[in-house]
Amino acid sequence: MRNLNTNVVLEARKFSCRIAGKSILRDISLQIRRGEYISIVGPNGAGKTTLLRAFDRMLIGEISGELDICGMPWEEWKQSDLAKLAALVPQADSRVIPFTVEQFLLMCRYPYMNPFASLHPNDRKVVREAMVGTGTSAFAKRRMDTLSSGERQKVYIASALAQGAHIWLMDEPTTFLDYHHQADILSLIALANKEFDVTVVAVTHDLNHAVLESDRIIALREGELVFYGTPDLIMKPDVLKRVYGASLLLVDHPKAGLPMIVPRMTPEQDKELAKWRAKAREKMK
Amino acid sequence: MASQGPREDEIGPGWTIGTLFGLAVLAVAWAPFWGMEHISFSALWGNVDDSNTSYILWNLRIPRVLMSFLAGAALATSGMVFQAMFRNPLATPFTLGVSSGASLGAVLCYHCGWSFALLGVSGVSVCAFIGAVFSIVLVYALTSASRQGSSTATMLLAGVAISFFFSSLILFLQYMSDPTKSFQMLRWVMGGLQNIVGFSDVLNVFAFVTSGCLIVWYLLLDLNLLSTGEDFAFSRGVNVNQVKVLLFFSVSLMVGAVVAICGPIGFVGLMAPHICRLLIGADHRRLYPATLLFGGAMLVVCDTISRTLLAPTELPVGILTALVGGPFFLGLLLARRRDLGTV
Repeated sequence: MRNLNTNVVLEARKFSCRIAGKSILRDISLQIRRGEYISIVGPNGAGKTTLLRAFDRMLIGEISGELDICGMPWEEWKQSDLAKLAALVPQADSRVIPFTVEQFLLMCRYPYMNPFASLHPNDRKVVREAMVGTGTSAFAKRRMDTLSSGERQKVYIASALAQGAHIWLMDEPTTFLDYHHQADILSLIALANKEFDVTVVAVTHDLNHAVLESDRIIALREGELVFYGTPDLIMKPDVLKRVYGASLLLVDHPKAGLPMIVPRMTPEQDKELAKWRAKAREKMK
Repeated sequence: MASQGPREDEIGPGWTIGTLFGLAVLAVAWAPFWGMEHISFSALWGNVDDSNTSYILWNLRIPRVLMSFLAGAALATSGMVFQAMFRNPLATPFTLGVSSGASLGAVLCYHCGWSFALLGVSGVSVCAFIGAVFSIVLVYALTSASRQGSSTATMLLAGVAISFFFSSLILFLQYMSDPTKSFQMLRWVMGGLQNIVGFSDVLNVFAFVTSGCLIVWYLLLDLNLLSTGEDFAFSRGVNVNQVKVLLFFSVSLMVGAVVAICGPIGFVGLMAPHICRLLIGADHRRLYPATLLFGGAMLVVCDTISRTLLAPTELPVGILTALVGGPFFLGLLLARRRDLGTV
């Protein structure tokens, strides 16, 4: 391992990915610095998840270009060494996991474990701390598949902590959660980011969250990088049109002073839609 | 559905494994003396050439019991590995075509009337082993050739398709053969341990089973993570592709060797791991020794019953494993009310 202290933890240069002849990512060049909070946004099918998974070396299809993880080309990493640095935090999906929370988190100490040795006391200590830190100690003895989505998402975050990873690659961490849990999870991530210098890369559909939380935002469209910069620069009608291909309504956030998106068309578009509807109604008659 | 914590932590998994170990030792120690003709312990020290009972004990009974333990342990282990690896409660090497490949090899051998022996192994077993290896390689090649979708689903589907294809070839060969050969084929396909004489087969299978089991032992932590999902395991540091290939080939070869000698004995591989999961939980570091012991002991007991129940005739052991294991498993399932869908 070299250059572990490098300031740039993820770097892509002209990185492309094609799956079954279809171009999923095209000529992506970007740098992510240590301790940054990065959100990846973009319309459905833009390649957000593929890019996120690429940062954890989950690559399929034909790859071209370069991708460095902590200063080392992705091909050269040993899987268990990479796991000590970066962790994918999946969506709180409904996959069946037949283990208790504690068993599950202990399993995530895999990169530090020897196949024939019993658990080291340090493994238990790290897992206990991860549970305290994420507020999951209360259901340590419950089976994973009895948890709610919010609880499950917290355990997934605890697993990244237990693993000792300082790059968290999060796939829509707040989708499917109620507002209470959304707030919980977001403050948990923000805390890790601010206090423990964890680099967060999160795919999200919620541009408002992204604007409020992130240091920088990556916007993809049809596999291309259309925007990479600070949040205040993305909330502009022309930029949003470039990303989503539609004009969207913007209002000012009452406290943060940042523009917020309302998932609604602009008044002009609304008028056109009304016209089109009226025409359609007449035709029906 | 708030479950009050897993039972395995309350009872202590050590006790369950200890009990299973005791039962397995008891079964293996008791079974050779039990049979159509009960043999006393003194036969152990008798001269094999002089005494009939000593001959039966050392050349028929003991090798057969050892073989049934090995076969049961290997089949149960293979089921446990494949269920975790494919995250599918129905996966076993049999669903992936190993048994139908072996059966096709054996049936082809009977049909063509080949009779030979290779290194002390009968021609039928050699052909069955070649058939098993052939089907393993075929399933793997088909999966690698199709580069789309999830390879796990592709592999299961390829295995099932090949299984059906081979099964119809077997039926075709049976149909085309004369009644004597046809019955030989039918008997082989039912599986059984009636052909074990002496220790040479046992030693051959032992080599395959130990190497397979050692590889599985080394990869228990990987299996735990694989059973939570491949992406998750990958991100936790498991070299997923390498581990899967290693497990697939070592376990399939182990089962291929067992099936070549004993025929396709069903149900143990599918059910023993599920029964043990209900008893001890899904953590492979506990589940593995439990499954190994339970599978071995189960087949020893079933085989002993199968050769005594209708004595002097023998009941094919595969019939018995399903007859005994099925209700036992269903009872356990109802008593525990735990979801079978969990691998």
